Formats: sequence, C-alpha cells, structure tokens
Amino acid sequence: MAEPFSPGDRVRARRTDPRHHTRLPRYARGAVGTVVERQGRYPLPDNRARRLLAEPEPVYTVRFTAAELFGEGDHTVMVDLWESYLRPVEAG
Amino acid sequence: MSRGHTGPAALAARVRHLEGLLERRGLVDPRELDRALEAYLARASPANGARLVARAWLDEGFRGRLLADANAALPELGLSMGGGLQEQRLKVVENTDDSHNVIVCTLCSCYPIALLGPSPTWYKSEAYRSRVVRDPRGTLREFGFTLDHAVRINVWDSSAESRYLVLPRRPGGTANLDERALAARVTRNGLIGVAPV
Repeated sequence: MAEPFSPGDRVRARRTDPRHHTRLPRYARGAVGTVVERQGRYPLPDNRARRLLAEPEPVYTVRFTAAELFGEGDHTVMVDLWESYLRPVEAG
Repeated sequence: MSRGHTGPAALAARVRHLEGLLERRGLVDPRELDRALEAYLARASPANGARLVARAWLDEGFRGRLLADANAALPELGLSMGGGLQEQRLKVVENTDDSHNVIVCTLCSCYPIALLGPSPTWYKSEAYRSRVVRDPRGTLREFGFTLDHAVRINVWDSSAESRYLVLPRRPGGTANLDERALAARVTRNGLIGVAPV
C-alpha cells in the first residue's frame, strides 16, 4: 500500500482532544513538522484501546522545532506519529 | 500528558490485583510468569548497550550498520530487541561535536529494556517526561551535564513503537583501550543522553 508521506514532507499534527486513549502527545497537537523517516506499519493504538478494528498503518518520525511547539527554545523534538494523526501541509 | 496517572505504589497495587485475578481464573501460571520475567531480565542489562557502543567506536563498518538499521546489526553481538512479546524497532542516534541526543517517553515510560535493563525511576517521573521536551538544556544541567551552547539538542520522544538508544561520543584519551575497557566506560545515563561518557 502506498504511504501518503515521505521524508521531507511538511505535516501538521491534528488538533484533536479525544476522550479515548491516544498516542498523539498533547504538546504536538496542531504543530507543523517535517517527516524524517518511515518506521513501518503498526495498529492504531486509539482503536486497539477501544477494541476496534486496527489495521496497521504507517508510523513516521516527525521533527518539530522547539519554537513551533513551545514558542521558544533552540532544540528539536522528534515525535513518532501514526498516519491518522497527520495532515499534509501545502508547500509555499 | 495523559490524565489519571497515579503514583508507583498505586500502580504496583493494581498490577498485583490483576495478576491475582488472572491466576485465580487459571489464565496465568504464576511460576511461568516468574520464569519468563527472570529470563528476560537476566538478559536485559545496560552492559548490552555498552557493548554496542564500544564496538561502534572501534569498528566503523559496524557503526554504519548500527545507525542504518540497528535491528539488523544487533545479532552481530548476539543481541536482539525480541526479548519481549514482539521484536521492537530500535533506532540508534549518534552524538557528534555539534549535536546531542536525549531520549524520553512523554506518554509513559517506553525504554529499550533489552539493551539498558529496567529504566531508572526518574525516567518514569512526570518531572523528567514533561520537562526534557520543553527545556532539555536546563534538564540536563540538573543532571550535572552542561552542554556548550553551540551544541544543538535533539529530543527523541518514544511515542509509538520504536525504542531509542544514544551512541555517545568516544571520550578523549581512550585510544589505547580495548573493546572491553571501552564498554566499561559507557554508563546507562550516557546511553539515555543525560550524561556524557
């Protein structure tokens, strides 16, 4: 199956606040980052935790700048995110 | 940060309760559980991570393979990430003169147990998990580790199914040390990225 994102792509983490379990960290929600690496495919934990069908889907390492996440700082944070947590960001 | 987290004592009590239920219902044999845990922990030690690092410092080819695909390189030293229920993906991140890596799991306490043994208590603390992503330089300073301002910091949040290990910089004055002596210099905190080696 094709993977929607490739290294170098800009992506935005979803602005969501589900009541159920998720592995999209709160501090990354809504932030724009860059895909660094594809990790393989894993079942979506949000669905597994609710005993819903959880087909494996791509997981990506996404690099965020501290400035984007926290409004300050000169470091970067790499977060591992399932495809469902990400939306494309148009270039330009 | 997820809600409803409680202290280690409450968590341990909950685990004991669950274990008791599973045993009473005949779903788990307590001796089998103990044996599996003992066998796993007997192999899981920071000495494994230290061996990987010492080999990478001495063998340029191994270093390249370890950084490119750690799971494929581990068997060269008789190691694997398959000690738990399933083989976990391992990513080794290399410190250089101008960049430093540090590892955290902000959501819980994911950690490469097979290569580092059980994680230290502070690694699981909310203080470490919430602060190191936001202010790694300040957090490292509290570990007694002051990084030069020119060194860029990369924080790796193990928020999914991968586990991370830091490949520290080889300390100066070690040109004459053999692999075993080099491995003895590598500390657990160095492999997490909260201390130099």
